[in-house]
Amino acid sequence: MEYVNIIFQEVYKILFLLVPVLVSVAMIVWLDRRVWAFVQKRQGPNVVGPFGLLQSLADALKYIFKEIIIPASSNKVIFILAPIVTMTLALIAWAVIPFGENQVLANINVGILYIFAVSSLGVYGIIMGGWASNSKYPFLGAIRSAAQMVSYEVSIGIIIINVLLCVGSLNLSDIVVAQQEIWFVIPLFPMFVIFFISSLAETNRPPFDLPEAEAELVAGYQTEYSGMMYAMFWLGEYANILLMCALGSILFLGGWLSPIDLYPFNLIPGAIWLIFKILLLFILFALVKAVVPRYRYDQLMRLGWKIFLPISLIYVVLTASYLFYFNLLPTV
Amino acid sequence: MIAHAIFFYVFSLIAIVSAIMVTVSKNTVHSVFFLILDFISISCLFIMVGAEFLGMIMLIVYVGAVAVLFLFVVMMLNVAQQTNQWLLSEVSSGHIPIGLIISTLIFFELIIVIGGWKYKPDIFISNNSTISSEISNTHSLGQVLYTDYIHIFQISGMILLIAMIGAIVLTFRQREGVKKQSYIKQISRERSEGVEVIEVPSNKGVKIDD
Repeated sequence: MEYVNIIFQEVYKILFLLVPVLVSVAMIVWLDRRVWAFVQKRQGPNVVGPFGLLQSLADALKYIFKEIIIPASSNKVIFILAPIVTMTLALIAWAVIPFGENQVLANINVGILYIFAVSSLGVYGIIMGGWASNSKYPFLGAIRSAAQMVSYEVSIGIIIINVLLCVGSLNLSDIVVAQQEIWFVIPLFPMFVIFFISSLAETNRPPFDLPEAEAELVAGYQTEYSGMMYAMFWLGEYANILLMCALGSILFLGGWLSPIDLYPFNLIPGAIWLIFKILLLFILFALVKAVVPRYRYDQLMRLGWKIFLPISLIYVVLTASYLFYFNLLPTV
Repeated sequence: MIAHAIFFYVFSLIAIVSAIMVTVSKNTVHSVFFLILDFISISCLFIMVGAEFLGMIMLIVYVGAVAVLFLFVVMMLNVAQQTNQWLLSEVSSGHIPIGLIISTLIFFELIIVIGGWKYKPDIFISNNSTISSEISNTHSLGQVLYTDYIHIFQISGMILLIAMIGAIVLTFRQREGVKKQSYIKQISRERSEGVEVIEVPSNKGVKIDD
């Protein structure tokens, strides 16, 4: 009986986290399309519901009722597994995101490594989908994305090392608490910029959306997918974008902390501040999509390996020497 | 404790079965996927014994990077279509003696290590004096790695670097006639270099120098 109680409690907690994440994914798709439209002087989706807020629900309904077509020459098991893997990996990473002091599903010691590991597994959904489709466009998209995601992960890892040097702990809550005096965006501003651009590449967002470049590859690895399976890829992709925004706000923008520790501001609960910061970063993501043209593949690789990697490595040395010289290294 | 045991048996069963499937499965790409499953369940086992740092690094390095490259190579070589006839063809049966020798060697090495552990436990405890259970796994690993074993750690890093440089040198070929773009050249181009206004006489045409 005790076990059953514990299991029910945990399931309740997980649902309390997952349902808001899924709903906000739907809302964020709407926001993305709206921002994109406003930059181009269009209206965007504004018909379904107030301000078009229910557009994503209408889309989801359409996807559910569409037929799932599995190509005859595809590798069926892997073809079906691919969207499931993408969506599961995008959702399980949310387990360690802290929304406030002690408001976290799993407060594990190696939280940042967990998120890094899960996001590095994200590439499998794309490779599996691209290979199992047994068709040229998806395969090209999968190969591109594998190279792209692996190379940008390296610079993200080194940027995370920069932050960890200042914190002295791999726990996400500790990372936020360490920013009580100053947000890391100020001392590590170049790293924040590189992190932002690398997370664009990591989530296959424009200008780095080469895996699905519609002008060359139809829809990349998603070409053969239809109905709910396509929607799952889509959900996973946007959940990943939200996750990267959350990670950016935890690492650099002080997570749940309020910008100024004064009377009217510190009354607002931390979760609201975190959501506010995630939205801010997401609007930046959406603006970038609207303004910047797509990169060419060799430019993408050059940017990742020849510019971001050396800069972030040099910054690690600088941060470490600064902390060591002024005796600011965190005590473990 | 029961839940712990159940999870341990589930993960180790998955690890063993997928390790067997790596060698048995007919499709090479499937083998790589089983290898990934094996890595994942082994990192779950690492986390269960409290070595959370090792488990996560296992996921990041092996699953996130090494296995992606495996998959990449296997897919690019298009060996997926070849059926991998296990133990049946003459080519593979030629490898059986060597494989047997290597596996017996590894088996005896494991017996020696585990036997030493069992019959002379103090050898293993004497080195572990710096590790206490109060600080986390990551901290204790770092404290040992960057103090007592710093030279070995650095040397292993150098070996990896040399291996990487060696691989690049071996595969790098200087090819003739490759067109390269210099972005500095492209950006610093001015209008005067790129555009020329020519007066074209009527019915004459004009010769453009190349």
